[in-house]
Amino acid sequence: MSDLPEIPPDDDEDFGTVKKFCYVNRKAPYGTVYALESLEMVLIAAAFDQDVSVVFMDDGVYQIKKDQETDGIGMKNFSKTYRALEGYDVEKLYVSKESMEERNLTTDDFLVDVEVLDRDALSALMAEQEVVITS
Amino acid sequence: MSKLHTVNKSPFERNSFDSCLKHAEDGSAVLFIEDGVYAAVAGGDVAARISEAAGRLKVYVLGPDLAARGMTEDRICDGVSVVDYGGFVDLAEAHDAVHSWL
Repeated sequence: MSDLPEIPPDDDEDFGTVKKFCYVNRKAPYGTVYALESLEMVLIAAAFDQDVSVVFMDDGVYQIKKDQETDGIGMKNFSKTYRALEGYDVEKLYVSKESMEERNLTTDDFLVDVEVLDRDALSALMAEQEVVITS
Repeated sequence: MSKLHTVNKSPFERNSFDSCLKHAEDGSAVLFIEDGVYAAVAGGDVAARISEAAGRLKVYVLGPDLAARGMTEDRICDGVSVVDYGGFVDLAEAHDAVHSWL
């Protein structure tokens, strides 16, 4: 995964204010470019040592479906990058319970460990963020 | 005129799926491609509408688009056939016209 942004060499570099960033992913991967662009924004925020949370809701839950195999459609399989988020200290990953269930998915279908939140819990999580970017 | 309908949007996000099923005449074919393939996954909120459609339409889903999205063939609704790109071409050739529900 040579195309990932470089992790800053050490934490001695000071990027100033740390804000609570929340990226809310609502779109399926591959059909549009939103999922990939959002993932890149997450990596950039993480590279600047921000406090990052990532939410998967609506069709966004499909982004972290296991076993994606894109050879047949000639597109880059970026799903493995979600597994690399841990290395950037992005460990707060949340999935909407309702969105998951509507699509007959369970946490076993996901390629990363997530915390499942119902609608009220998700609302509360988003309400406490300083920057929320939904895509 | 026999028609092949194609749907490329997720049924959870757009209503192309529902509009297509409501307007497709009995006996015509519907092929789910790109994000449209999520419609063919069993057990979700859309599955009942697919089963109903499979009774009067021929329903297909494009295999490479399913695989890209991590959906294996064992998760597909009963009555839906998986085709590859060659199958897509065959379907287009076998019908008088293609109607794309973008």
